[in-house]
Amino acid sequence: MGKKRGAPPEVNAGSMADIAFLLLIFFLVTTTIGVDQGINRLLPRYEENPPVPPINDRNILTVLVNKDNQLLVEEKLVDIKDLRQTAIDFLENNGKGICAYCNGKKDPNSSDSPGDAVISLNNDGQTTYETYIAVQNELVAAYNFLRDRECKKRYGMTFTEMEYIFNDPASKATEGLVEDLEPKVKKIQDLFPMRLSEAEPKK
Amino acid sequence: MSKFKKKTTGETPAISTASLPDIVFMLLFFFMTATTMKDTDLKIENTLPKANQTAKLHKKEYVMYIYAGKPSERYRSTLGGSDRIQLADKMASPSEIRNFIITERAQRNSEDEKYLTASLKIDRQVKMGLVAAIKLELRKIDQLKVNYTTAQGNPVE
Repeated sequence: MGKKRGAPPEVNAGSMADIAFLLLIFFLVTTTIGVDQGINRLLPRYEENPPVPPINDRNILTVLVNKDNQLLVEEKLVDIKDLRQTAIDFLENNGKGICAYCNGKKDPNSSDSPGDAVISLNNDGQTTYETYIAVQNELVAAYNFLRDRECKKRYGMTFTEMEYIFNDPASKATEGLVEDLEPKVKKIQDLFPMRLSEAEPKK
Repeated sequence: MSKFKKKTTGETPAISTASLPDIVFMLLFFFMTATTMKDTDLKIENTLPKANQTAKLHKKEYVMYIYAGKPSERYRSTLGGSDRIQLADKMASPSEIRNFIITERAQRNSEDEKYLTASLKIDRQVKMGLVAAIKLELRKIDQLKVNYTTAQGNPVE
């Protein structure tokens, strides 16, 4: 009872920083900052009996993947390393000579113009997803190569960048940005329309 | 003059660390808001295939995830060894994708719906038969925007 009564003693806050650091480190470890990436595709609308459009045989590049993950392009066994160049050659072949922006070989037995060219992809039900993605990747790469080249020539920006900004919901915040990009994106998509048809895999 | 005479204390004063917790808390809150927690507990093997022609996925609000793969070691006795689909935390059959997408759509406001993308996180070893079944279900419900989510790398090696 001999203690003097005065102001209550202050709580020591020196360890508060340590506690906060501990929490900070916990959050750094358990969370991820990485963004997912992948190949964007637009699926075709579902129809019971899809109509078969009349397409000339030379305008179709058939890519067939069998159950052993081997690749047949136009009935010839092709290594996946060569698929990209094969697709590029086919797309900008310019058989009719009406495509001013193509550097193709004008082979009469290959596609008429990029607008007519269709790549038909056919899988077996036993093909692995890895091979499918590799094929998709190479075909998308072929389109991206041609689109980027044309887009850079016209607008000084690659198509991949332009399309990302155009599709980003955050771009709506900048006045006029989406409206400005829309005709450019449409134009490039028109020049090299992505016509990739996929058949149902055989069981 | 004596009024302005410097106080002579002899030793330098200690730097106050009273604001250190505030600074650290600020960092903490930054990381809490900027990062995302891993939310689904995967019951399947999920090694994504490699690709390099990829685009970044937009914000998380606009993405829903569909996983597929073989059940992992731990669950193999109960779930079997063949390829399965996982939606959120449950194993599912292709026909359940329909309801999953309807619920996912209902959770978002209608304006964002057109940006909604289905991110397909499918294991490398899955057979295309199952992938085709998933795609068919997505097409039937008009979820046409898909992203084959991949790891970064060159697939041709």
